[in-house]
Amino acid sequence: MKNYFILLIIYFASSFIHAQNDTGKVTRSLIDTTKMQLNMDAVYNRPFLQYGKIPVALGGYVEANSNYMVTDGITDGLSFQMQRMSLFVSSSVHRKIKFLTEIEFEGGTKEINIEFAALDIQFHHLLNLRSGIIMNPIGSFNQNHDGPRWEFVDRPISATQLLPATFSNVGFGIFGKTYKPNYVWAYELYLTNGFNDNIISNTENKTFLPATKLNPNRFEQSYNGIPLLSAKTSLRIKNAGELGLSYMGGIYNKFETDALILDKKRRVDVMAIDFNTTIPYSNTSITTEFAWVFIDVPETYTQQFGKKQHGGFIDIIQPIIKKKMFGFEKASFNAAFRVEYVDWNVGVFKETNANISDDIFAIVPALSFRTSAQTVLRLNYRYHWQKDLIGNPAVRTGGIQFGISSYF
Amino acid sequence: MPPTPEEDELLDGPIPGLTSAENDLFLKGDVAFNDEIFTPQTGLGPIFVANSCGSCHPGDGKGHPFTTLTRFGQTDSTGNKFLAMGGPQLQNRAIPGYMPETIPSGASSSKILPPANTGLGFLDAVTDAAIIAMSDPNDTDADGISGVPNWVNVPAYCQLRAGAISNGGKYIGRFGKKGAAYDLLQQTANAYNQDMGINSIFEPIDTYSKQEVDPEVSNATIHNVVFYLKTLKAPLQRNKEDVNVKAGKNLFISIGCNKCHKEELVTGHSNISVLSYKTFYPYTDLLLHDMGNALNDNYTEGNAKTSEWKTPALWGLGLSKNSQGGNYFLMHDGRAHSIDEAIKLHGGEAEQIKLNYQNLSDMDKQKLIQFLESL
Repeated sequence: MKNYFILLIIYFASSFIHAQNDTGKVTRSLIDTTKMQLNMDAVYNRPFLQYGKIPVALGGYVEANSNYMVTDGITDGLSFQMQRMSLFVSSSVHRKIKFLTEIEFEGGTKEINIEFAALDIQFHHLLNLRSGIIMNPIGSFNQNHDGPRWEFVDRPISATQLLPATFSNVGFGIFGKTYKPNYVWAYELYLTNGFNDNIISNTENKTFLPATKLNPNRFEQSYNGIPLLSAKTSLRIKNAGELGLSYMGGIYNKFETDALILDKKRRVDVMAIDFNTTIPYSNTSITTEFAWVFIDVPETYTQQFGKKQHGGFIDIIQPIIKKKMFGFEKASFNAAFRVEYVDWNVGVFKETNANISDDIFAIVPALSFRTSAQTVLRLNYRYHWQKDLIGNPAVRTGGIQFGISSYF
Repeated sequence: MPPTPEEDELLDGPIPGLTSAENDLFLKGDVAFNDEIFTPQTGLGPIFVANSCGSCHPGDGKGHPFTTLTRFGQTDSTGNKFLAMGGPQLQNRAIPGYMPETIPSGASSSKILPPANTGLGFLDAVTDAAIIAMSDPNDTDADGISGVPNWVNVPAYCQLRAGAISNGGKYIGRFGKKGAAYDLLQQTANAYNQDMGINSIFEPIDTYSKQEVDPEVSNATIHNVVFYLKTLKAPLQRNKEDVNVKAGKNLFISIGCNKCHKEELVTGHSNISVLSYKTFYPYTDLLLHDMGNALNDNYTEGNAKTSEWKTPALWGLGLSKNSQGGNYFLMHDGRAHSIDEAIKLHGGEAEQIKLNYQNLSDMDKQKLIQFLESL
C-alpha cells in the first residue's frame, strides 16, 4: 500500500514538473529567514514550487557525499553515497486546512519512508489539530532535519543513534502558537503509536531507540495498544534565541497477547532540551541539543542494554565571507565546528561497581560554501573515539567527508 | 588519521602465512565471533550469560567479571550430579518475561572468567605424546610438582587427533580452566549452548526446556568460528630486549615458575599448514596442578580434582588490561587485581615457587612482573 502511495506521488510530481515548461506560471516560495520561526515550523518552512493557482506545492532536497574514513589505521577506501533524497508535497485544502507529506529515499532505495504525512486543521492560532504520520517533536533535530540546513555531512550522533531521527508515527494531537512583538511561544502535544521491544533486542547490542523503526507494522498498528505521548514547548525571544523543552514516553514492550500476561509494562521516557541562537554582530550561529533516555530494562536481562542514556551536540557556525561569489548573489563561506557525545549506557557494573562505558565522543571541524540558503557544499573532517561497554581503549575513527545538499 | 596500533599491541588478527582461502574462512569466523549479536528473535536464551562471543572475549582477550561464568554441580570424577537441574553452567540472565537459573541447593560452584582466545590453534596442535611427556603424576623428580592431563570423555561429534592417546576410553582435554574440553569444536559448541542458549546440531539440548530443539546456528558458522579460533595469531612478546625484561625472565626460570608455565612447546601435524611442526611460546604445560586450598572451589570437571587447575598460558598477559577495561582480573575467577596478587594466590604444588617469589627483593619482583607484562 505504501509503495502504491509513493508511486502515485512520484507520478503526480513528474506530471507537475513537465507542466513547468511554462515557467512564467511557476512560483518558488523560499525559506522564511525571519528571526521568529521555530523548529516546529521547519516542516512547512521549506522552498516549494507552485504552479499557477493550483493549491498544491512541490519540493524536496537531496544529499550526496563521499567519505574517506580510517579506523585504527584500517580503511575501506573512498566511497560515494547517495545519502538521501526527500520529496515534499503540500496542499491547501482550505485556508485553514493544510496537508503536507515528506517521502524519503535513504541510501539509494535501501529505505523508503513516509516521514511525515499529516493534515493540519486550524481552529485558532493556539489550537490546531494535526493527524496522520507525525514527526514526534523530541529535540530540535527531529523537527528540523533537512540536509541543506546543516553544515555537516553526518547528522548528529545523538539525533540518529540515541534519539531515533527521523522518528515519526501515526497519531494525532494539537499544537498552537502565539506571536508577540518580542517573542513567540508554541506548544505541541501528540498521541501516536510508540516504541517496541526492538529497543532492547537488537543487533546494535545496546539500548537503541532507532531500532524501533525495524518494526514494519508500526504505521499500521500499535505494538502494545498504549499510545506514546509526545510534548514540546518552545519559546523564541527576539535577539536571544529559541529554547525548546520536549518529552516523549510510554510503554514500549509487548506485555500482553490474547489476554495472556507476558511481562510487566515497561516504560521508556525521553527528555530533551534544545537551544539555538545567532549572536548579533558576529553572526555566529549556535545550535545545541541534549537528550536523556530512561528505560525500564528487566533486572534479569543483560547489562549490555542500558537503563539510562544521554548525549547531545553543539554546532557553532561562523560566516567568514558573505557576498556575491561565482555569480551567486547571496553566497557565503562558513567555518563550523561540532562537538558531540553519546553515552548509551549510563551506570556501573553490578559485578565491579565500575563505570559502564559504551560511549562516543566526536569532533567535526568543517568548512561550507552556501550558494544560497537552499544549497550547501560542505567539507568535514571527523574524528571520534568510541569505547566499548567495558571501557577498553577507544577505537579511533577519523576521516574526510565531502558532501552537497540542496533543496530543489 | 588514526594510526594502526603496533602488531604486538593487539591480540586479534590471523597467524601470518594463511592462504587466501584460509583468510576467507578466518574472516567468516571473525564476523560470526565478533559481530553476530543474538537476540530473542534469533534464538538468544531464553536463559543465557552473554549474547555474543565477543561479549565474553572483547578484542579476543580475557573477559571481564561482567561475563563471569558460574559452573556448579560436580565435585569428583564421577560426573555432574546436577545436570537435570541446569548444570553444569548457570545461565544467570534471561530474556524479558523469563527468569534466569539459580544454583540448586546443595550444589557447590566455581566462577570462571572467560580466557583470551589467542594462539589456541597452536595449543590444539600439540600432540598428546608431548603433553604426557611433560606430566609427572608421581612426582618422580621430587620437585613437588606433579602435573597430570585431564582425561575426559570425547563427544561423538569430535574427531580424535592423529596420534590421540587413550586412557581407559578417555582422552586428554586441553581447553577450559580445568582442561575439560577435548577440542575447539567442543569448546565452541558448548559456549554457543551454555553461554548464549544457542543450540546447534552438536549441542541440541535447550538449556531452558531441557529438550532437543532445532539448530539455531548453522554447522558452517560453528566450523568457521572453530577455524577462526584455531588461526588467531599467538600474542607477540614486547620489549624482549629490555634489560629488566631479560633479567625478569631469568628470575622466572630461577625461582621455578617455568616448571609449570613451560616457555616452549612444539606442534605436531596440522591440516592448517602454518600450525604444523611449529615451535611457540605459550608458558603453559596444558596439565592440571593442585593449586592448594585457597583456590579449591569444591567444583570440578572431567577427571580433575577440585583443587586442580590447568596451567593457564601466560602469553598475552600484559595485554589483559586492554580487554578488561584497564584493570587486571586474574586467576580462574578474576579475584586477583595485579600480577603480584595472582602470584601470591598460588599454593599447593606451587607453594614453594610462591615462597621463592616472596623472598625476592622488591626490585627483582618488579623485574619479574615487567617480564610477565611483556608477554
